[in-house]
Amino acid sequence: MSMPSLLKITDLHAKVGDKEILSGLNLEVRQGEVHAIMGPNGSGKTSLSYVLMGHPRYVVTKGDIQIDGQSILTLKADQRAKLGLFLGFQYPLEVPGLRLGSFLRTVATEVKQDKTPVGQFYAGVKKQLASLELSDDFLSRSLNEGFSGGEKKRIEILQLLTVKPKFAVLDETDSGLDVDALRLVSNAVSTVRGPDMGIILITHYQRILKYVRPDFVHILVDGKIILSAGPELADEVEAKGYEAFKGTAPVSTQ
Amino acid sequence: MVDSTPTLEFDYSKYDFKADTKYLYVANKGLNRQVVEEISRIKNEPQWMRDFRLRALEVFLKKPMPDWGGDLSKIDFDSLTYYLKPTDKSKRDWSELPPEIKNTFERLGIPEAERKYFGGVGAQYDSESVYHSVKEDLAKKGVIFTDMDTALKEHEDIVRKYFATLVPPEDNKFAALNSAVWSGGSFVYVPEGVEVDVPLQAYFRINAQSMGQFERTLIIVEKGAKVHYMEGCTAPVYTTDSLHAAVVEMIAKEGAHAKYTTIQNWSGDVYNLVTKRAYAYANATVEWVDANIGSKLTMKYPSIYLVGPGARGELISVAFAGKGQHQDAGGKVIHLAPNTTSKVTSKSISMNGGRTTYRGLLRVAKGASNVKASVRCDALLIDDKSKTDTYPYNEIYDSTATTSHEASVGKISEDQVFYLMSRGIPESKALTMIVMGFIEDFARALPLEFVVELNKIINMEMTNAVG
Repeated sequence: MSMPSLLKITDLHAKVGDKEILSGLNLEVRQGEVHAIMGPNGSGKTSLSYVLMGHPRYVVTKGDIQIDGQSILTLKADQRAKLGLFLGFQYPLEVPGLRLGSFLRTVATEVKQDKTPVGQFYAGVKKQLASLELSDDFLSRSLNEGFSGGEKKRIEILQLLTVKPKFAVLDETDSGLDVDALRLVSNAVSTVRGPDMGIILITHYQRILKYVRPDFVHILVDGKIILSAGPELADEVEAKGYEAFKGTAPVSTQ
Repeated sequence: MVDSTPTLEFDYSKYDFKADTKYLYVANKGLNRQVVEEISRIKNEPQWMRDFRLRALEVFLKKPMPDWGGDLSKIDFDSLTYYLKPTDKSKRDWSELPPEIKNTFERLGIPEAERKYFGGVGAQYDSESVYHSVKEDLAKKGVIFTDMDTALKEHEDIVRKYFATLVPPEDNKFAALNSAVWSGGSFVYVPEGVEVDVPLQAYFRINAQSMGQFERTLIIVEKGAKVHYMEGCTAPVYTTDSLHAAVVEMIAKEGAHAKYTTIQNWSGDVYNLVTKRAYAYANATVEWVDANIGSKLTMKYPSIYLVGPGARGELISVAFAGKGQHQDAGGKVIHLAPNTTSKVTSKSISMNGGRTTYRGLLRVAKGASNVKASVRCDALLIDDKSKTDTYPYNEIYDSTATTSHEASVGKISEDQVFYLMSRGIPESKALTMIVMGFIEDFARALPLEFVVELNKIINMEMTNAVG
């Protein structure tokens, strides 16, 4: 097997408009690892996910993001996706008139150069839909239009299964899910977890971490990681709350 | 990204070529009684048609220019050529055409499309139809698909019975102009009970500059018969303006189904001022599918008169307005009989300073009971420089009518584009997917080959747009 890919974030500073939202963030994620990033509201969790994926409103002012030594800062989102980056959105967007089925097929053929014959491709997608307890009808519906919050999150996971990226950033994929949906989503994430995928699970609560046990947990406060440790850190957050960690000097266990 | 996206105008390079053509006859510039009489003389028309033209000329000269819609003040009627004759008669074989005309249509892919998709094809080059052909099996069933001039000679009784009965010269200034100098256009006659299940296609090409093209189309679909007629239009880019003022009349008799699809892609120097009207008799269905992509200014409002009980009308109007373009489009539905239903869907896209206007009329006459009618118009703005406005008129005179009207104006959001791009889809393709999604109702009404072509055109635009 080849060397696992490395996503390396170094001293990352970013702003939206005049507001600084990341202030010197460091993180290294290898293919095969699962990192949980936890933090209170407004700590910069979603901003981090947008900056990683290259949202045009988020401007990097200092630092770097590299995949296998190559800086991706000048790349647009589609080019980052082609290098193996994926973002599961906290609030997936609706695209009226764009059918989910043809959208997934476009993603598979154009981006992944998937040569699977069309019938076989959809048979595979239907299996994945079934595993997420969604009916085949979703394939002929407009992307995310009129879907419930939980359905949208499950469709994000469906896209993750189609794309099979090297690095998946999942932004609060657990929020807005009931217990059953959380279990489905967690199971799906667990099935794609493996040596070929590095996962960054961004979450406010630790409940998803009971199903998807992370290798590392990081606490994000005020745009930087203030504490990194093993999975037990999530339990500590659960017990003490985020307040207990504020004012902690940045620590890295990596 | 999208907010700063400057150029989204359509690229006409594919259609922008001029053929050096030896015309058999070129009328003097400008419009007067002599020009009209000369056209009629060259066409060797019956007296009633000559009289009709002269009556129409009087109406045209008397009627003021419309003071609503788009800016018509730059049209210089004296600088236009009203009649340009490219060939002596319409041919039934492409190889009989002069090479430069044949090459023009080959570059536009018409003969190939004819072999693949259509039951019949007509092609007009400037003033005259140069080619018309219908498949043998349809001809055997009595289907007539020819140009209007030939129809006037070979089927004068049918033409005289219906010609200008839906759109008389008095209807509006440009219908009067067309009536005075009309030339070419299609004549379609589908006998009772005959269903034409492959579309008939007409292609209109303006080649000369400062040209007026005034085709006249008449479609008659007898009881229980069915037809789908499609037209496409292109022209090369000149520095002076041309005028296209057509009149289309379509009649669907009892239980008939008549569908008319237009993909208008004139160059940005063409004024496109067209009157289209259809009658639907008892239990008949009329559908207009009207896409306006090109032209400098289009003013076109295909109308449906539901004159028999149980008649049904559907209008899908799609408009793209880019730099320097104004698409003033929409439609009219007039319910004149009980239990009639109608549906109007308008989708407009404005970009790079372009302007779209939806102008629609829904009228339910007193005594037309139990009417069901819906109007939906959605506008999409791609940037802040572009404009859209909506003028819906509702005149409901029967209290049993059920009508609905919905309108929306949306912008493509940066987040939506980012979302698709995050899946590896390039920006231009993401924009295309959003626009194609927006006009999905329309795309569904087209044959698949056209959807593929439309997708290519839009993708080409969006690619230019994002650079």
